[in-house]
Amino acid sequence: MAQGSDANIRKTALFDRHVAAGARMVEFAGYSLPIQYAGIVAEHQHTREAASLFDVSHMGQIVAKGPDHEATVAALEYLTPADLSALAAGEMRYTVLLNERGGIEDDLMITRPAAGEAPEGELWLVVNAGRKHHDLALLRANAPEGITFDLRDELSLLALQGPKAAEVLAKHTDLAGRLTFMQTGRSAINGIPVQVSRAGYTGEDGFELSAANGDAPALFDLLMADPLVAPAGLGARDSLRLEAGLCLYGHDMDDTIDPVSAGLIFAIGKCRRAEGGFIGAETVLQRIAEGIDETRVGIRFEGRQPVREGAQLVDASGTAIGRITSGSFTPTAQASIAIGYLPKNLAQQGADVTALVRGKPVAGTIVRMPFVAHRYIRKTA
Amino acid sequence: MTTRYTPDHEYIRTEGRIGTVGISNYAQEQLGDIVFVELPSVGTAFKKGDEVAVVESVKAASEIYAPVSGTVTEINEALNDDPGLVNSDPAGSGWLFKLELSDDGELDGLLNEAAYAESIA
Repeated sequence: MAQGSDANIRKTALFDRHVAAGARMVEFAGYSLPIQYAGIVAEHQHTREAASLFDVSHMGQIVAKGPDHEATVAALEYLTPADLSALAAGEMRYTVLLNERGGIEDDLMITRPAAGEAPEGELWLVVNAGRKHHDLALLRANAPEGITFDLRDELSLLALQGPKAAEVLAKHTDLAGRLTFMQTGRSAINGIPVQVSRAGYTGEDGFELSAANGDAPALFDLLMADPLVAPAGLGARDSLRLEAGLCLYGHDMDDTIDPVSAGLIFAIGKCRRAEGGFIGAETVLQRIAEGIDETRVGIRFEGRQPVREGAQLVDASGTAIGRITSGSFTPTAQASIAIGYLPKNLAQQGADVTALVRGKPVAGTIVRMPFVAHRYIRKTA
Repeated sequence: MTTRYTPDHEYIRTEGRIGTVGISNYAQEQLGDIVFVELPSVGTAFKKGDEVAVVESVKAASEIYAPVSGTVTEINEALNDDPGLVNSDPAGSGWLFKLELSDDGELDGLLNEAAYAESIA
């Protein structure tokens, strides 16, 4: 078992807190992080019922800076297919970084700070831990003169997730009640400057809290002192996002899969689907116009047998027709669920599919995702 | 009745020629919440070290190896509906299967309680 004693493995600012809380630490994307504390099932259920605190400081927080807002937006509208011109101050977007072939290099959040809360010309990115140095190089190589990208290694990131997250946070900041899903603002929590964003990776309502590394332990302690809050690790984070039907980079998408096939068309701004003008647009626009060969599907299997990444999907004659990219038996669905890829013509909802696990067939049905309904608090127009 | 262990954390508790096989408390702690157990069919013969069952947590699948050679005489059907018994009572109601030993001598190659405790300390 990885114990984080390797000198090359990095620790987050909360490492000591995790160890003190009895976490089992594992190596993930070069960091020593908690896989679980009380247990994956207990942490998963607590997130669905109350509020869980996750340390996601390994993720890459990047600041993009140009001479003014329009210049930074123009640069990022070439680098991503997001509609950033329409992004209001204090709001965030989910999108993807693409290569010239339209393959997904990473998925990310882009935030436009609220008015007056950041220097002019800044947009903030949060990218996957395992891709952050790759992304930084990609962004810098393809950005015009005058746009800079810097990794904010001095910041930690905590995620407070669950139906009670807003109740917990409201004890410390009025932003908890003011923000809706995919909105952001700056606040002081018990004197600690925190960037609060109403977003997450669990399908539940919740917040991501960005604070200086030096302040992160105090922020962690403050939230953990609330009886509604328990810590959760990477294991629960994975089972929660699977139930929410959310993709995990390097598993459900990679640099060979375009966002249309991955079912991530919502990551491409509506006007941009027509106009293009971003890296990979040729492939993406062609897929939108001419259709796709294979598509991402959700599958619910009979029985309890988990069907995991790498399992083949086969037809009646046993010929491989597709593959599973994520799957497990999960606590809230109480079912063996999976994300995978199938040829478009075989991907109808309600259709029967068969997976092979250790050579044995497991019967399943294509279902709509998410497997467990999202409970985001959206803006009511 | 004696209980012996493999270095891979399976136990076998023998009464005469019949051995009850499961995983140690240490192993269930390491695996975490068990959500599925694949058991062998009654009547199947195994050699010591063969993959004989699979215990799956939310996170991963772990192979269970036959601690000694033998033929499966009974499986724990209760695990089909409640695989969590492996977590809550690994040495008792969370047993996996029973087998009839084909060579008692193989038990001598396994760890006794004290030696196993020392190996995981």
